Amino acid sequence: MKTTSRYRAAARIIAAMGVVSLVAACANNGTSAAGGGGDAAYPTENITFVVPFSAGGPTDTVTRMIAEPMAAKLGGRIVVQNVEGAGGTVGAGEVARAEPDGYTVLMHHIGMSTAPALYQNLDYKPLEDFEMVGLVTEVPMTVVARKDFQPATLQDLVAHVKANADKVTLANAGIGAASHLCGLLFQSAAGVKLQEVPYEGTGPALTDLVGGQVDFMCDQTTNTSGQISAGEVKAYAVTTPERVKSLPDVPTTTEGGLPQLQVSVWHGLYVPKGTPQDVVTKLSEALKVALADQQVIDQMAKLGTAPVAADDATPQAHRAKLEEQLGTWAKILADAGVKAS
Amino acid sequence: MELLDNLALGFSTALLIQNVIYCFVGVLLGTAVGVLPGIGPTATVAMLLPITFYFEPVTALIMLAGIYYGAQYGGSTTAILINLPGESSAAVTALDGHEMARQGRAGSALAAAAIGSFIAGTIATVVLAVAAPPLARVALQFGPAEYFSLVLLGLIVSIALARGTALKALAMIALGVLLGTIGQDIYTGTPRFVFEQRELYGGVDFVSVAVGMFGVAEILRNLENEHSREALVSKVRNLWPTREDRRRMVGPIARGTGVGSLLGILPGGGHVLASFTSYAVEKRISKRPQEFGHGAIEGVAGPESANNAAAQTSFVPLLTLGLPAHPVMALMVGAFIVHGITPGPNVITDEPELFWGLIASMWIGNVLLVLLNLPLIGLWVRMLRIPYQVLFPMIILFASIGTFSLSFNAYDVYAIVFFGLLGYVLIKCGCEPAPLLLGFVLGPLLEEHLRRALIISRGDVTVFVTRPISAVLLALTVAALVVAVLPAIRKRREVVFTEDD
Repeated sequence: MKTTSRYRAAARIIAAMGVVSLVAACANNGTSAAGGGGDAAYPTENITFVVPFSAGGPTDTVTRMIAEPMAAKLGGRIVVQNVEGAGGTVGAGEVARAEPDGYTVLMHHIGMSTAPALYQNLDYKPLEDFEMVGLVTEVPMTVVARKDFQPATLQDLVAHVKANADKVTLANAGIGAASHLCGLLFQSAAGVKLQEVPYEGTGPALTDLVGGQVDFMCDQTTNTSGQISAGEVKAYAVTTPERVKSLPDVPTTTEGGLPQLQVSVWHGLYVPKGTPQDVVTKLSEALKVALADQQVIDQMAKLGTAPVAADDATPQAHRAKLEEQLGTWAKILADAGVKAS
Repeated sequence: MELLDNLALGFSTALLIQNVIYCFVGVLLGTAVGVLPGIGPTATVAMLLPITFYFEPVTALIMLAGIYYGAQYGGSTTAILINLPGESSAAVTALDGHEMARQGRAGSALAAAAIGSFIAGTIATVVLAVAAPPLARVALQFGPAEYFSLVLLGLIVSIALARGTALKALAMIALGVLLGTIGQDIYTGTPRFVFEQRELYGGVDFVSVAVGMFGVAEILRNLENEHSREALVSKVRNLWPTREDRRRMVGPIARGTGVGSLLGILPGGGHVLASFTSYAVEKRISKRPQEFGHGAIEGVAGPESANNAAAQTSFVPLLTLGLPAHPVMALMVGAFIVHGITPGPNVITDEPELFWGLIASMWIGNVLLVLLNLPLIGLWVRMLRIPYQVLFPMIILFASIGTFSLSFNAYDVYAIVFFGLLGYVLIKCGCEPAPLLLGFVLGPLLEEHLRRALIISRGDVTVFVTRPISAVLLALTVAALVVAVLPAIRKRREVVFTEDD
């Protein structure tokens, strides 16, 4: 009999393991069953927010921040799912092909406007395969260097890299990453071609910058402000029209004499083309409510960013932004000869 | 004594009742996801991150850290019992640990892993407390050239120790390196070996390879001789390490802790090398190298200690510089930010309760892990009694669910099937999967750092010898090669990764 009870105990462990892993898988997955589109009752089931980047990254953090107040407004549940790969194109492609019923929503950033230029065999068209819901936030970027890097100001930096173009190294977090795009824009604005050093993500790139292995880079305030305020890296400028609240001493690129260097990591929500208009409107209204939520404003401030104005959290403003950005990046990337595949 | 004051502050924070409770929740969850093949700490931390927004910052970080090192701890359990490593470090544990289980010594192996991990964790906590800031400065001296030389040394040490089937081991490493190149090249964005499948752009997941090559291949091999498994399990012997075992564990635990503590600090992949290096070291200095791969307890105690020590010291760059060394730590950076703490060098001075509380909690977490795991050993060993017609399908089911939950990529599950079949064929050909895994893990690191070093130096290869740390590492590499090649010594060379036939 003892053997039987042992066997049962072991079977119980196995069963427990099964339950845990199933719950884990389901909790992360949520439902994606097709519902009847266009109904006034939307939402009647869980809404999945697809983040095409890894969990815990800036885009994921922003998504999780707005998911809860949006769910409260919509009167449903929102499940965040990370579908990573190929610079966000795997997750975006998945949403483009999803049922257009409003239960699959994509959060994407500036990469939406660069993908067509970077990826030749892209299996979706940003303007034609999606309905825009609204813009969410625009994260400012900073031009930073190792702390013992010679130039003192942004203008010095431009002069220095022009004079030493064969020596200076410019780090980035990989092809198509925000830091890569900002670096390209810097080179185009300064009129110089530099040696770029790609890394797999911001963490390693910043580590080598703090360690003095590379000279400078351009990255989101989210990643750099801690190192800037600790004096581990030297900050030359923020790439927005106005100074950033969390970094009051850092001048803008306009003040620093390089007004062409304007870039921010803008985020927006998308649903598949053909999603009923009233569903898009409901999502857009919920987005506006979430962006006005004091907790969301506070949390974004900690990230060194802020929600977009209510006028920008609309399908029209979002579409206009995407069209403008697609044009901008197509030119810059073509000029730089950059391709991801 | 400033250190004692700091530790007192740390323990007074970590011993608050809510912190102890969430530390326990963290290590419990960590053990659970470590035991479950596939589901790793990264996915778990990502899922729990939003919940921690409502905690005190220090409580949140204590729990998230507990999940991370708890998972390193739990990962050895499935590696030992069913040859299913969930992380690169556990793959090394599987070599001798599973062999011990086959010999009916699963209890000893599990106990060796638990005790080794606890001692390593305790010492690594002291290292963190005493020397975190200066160590982080040393780690920053490691640039691409140094990492290249370090990884090369790790790879050569392992090859140099291969015996008899050296050609096959070399072929397996090469195959592993090739498999590691699948995906988008980070320097040019060129997709390699992806066959136009966008899902392969991110490369093949380590978990899929490990689960397939070790777990599924092992199951297929077991299916060949159905009767031997029952015979094997019926003779489960002592649950505790014998006196002889205990004596043999001491040295490996001490050396593993040292190796792990040092390598763990390096954010550019150093911690990946910890358990591989510890295994190679133990094998080299052992008086009984022939036992390695056939159930040597040193091969469990050493790597498990190294792995746990590295898991803890890998918090050094995060806590002292705000630089994450692992995806889990990147998530923890997110936790810092959400709580309004900017991760960076200022955390130690601005948030001393948080810094010292987290360090103290790691030791408490290690105590909790031992209290949690030692009583469970008897229960885990009983799992081996489950009839294989029940156990095997469940292993494959959980492995598939877990792997799929990593990034919702069906290709990760197809990869399990592919590598399971490949692993079986390779075993039949007398090739060992362990060197393949080594190549798979280290190959991409080697390439990444080599190319980056050359990009920064504008193609000047002398950087590897003009930078002092790199030069020393390369000299050690040459020494390892010489030792391997000298014919007189060759006779004594042994296999670092022996698998039985």
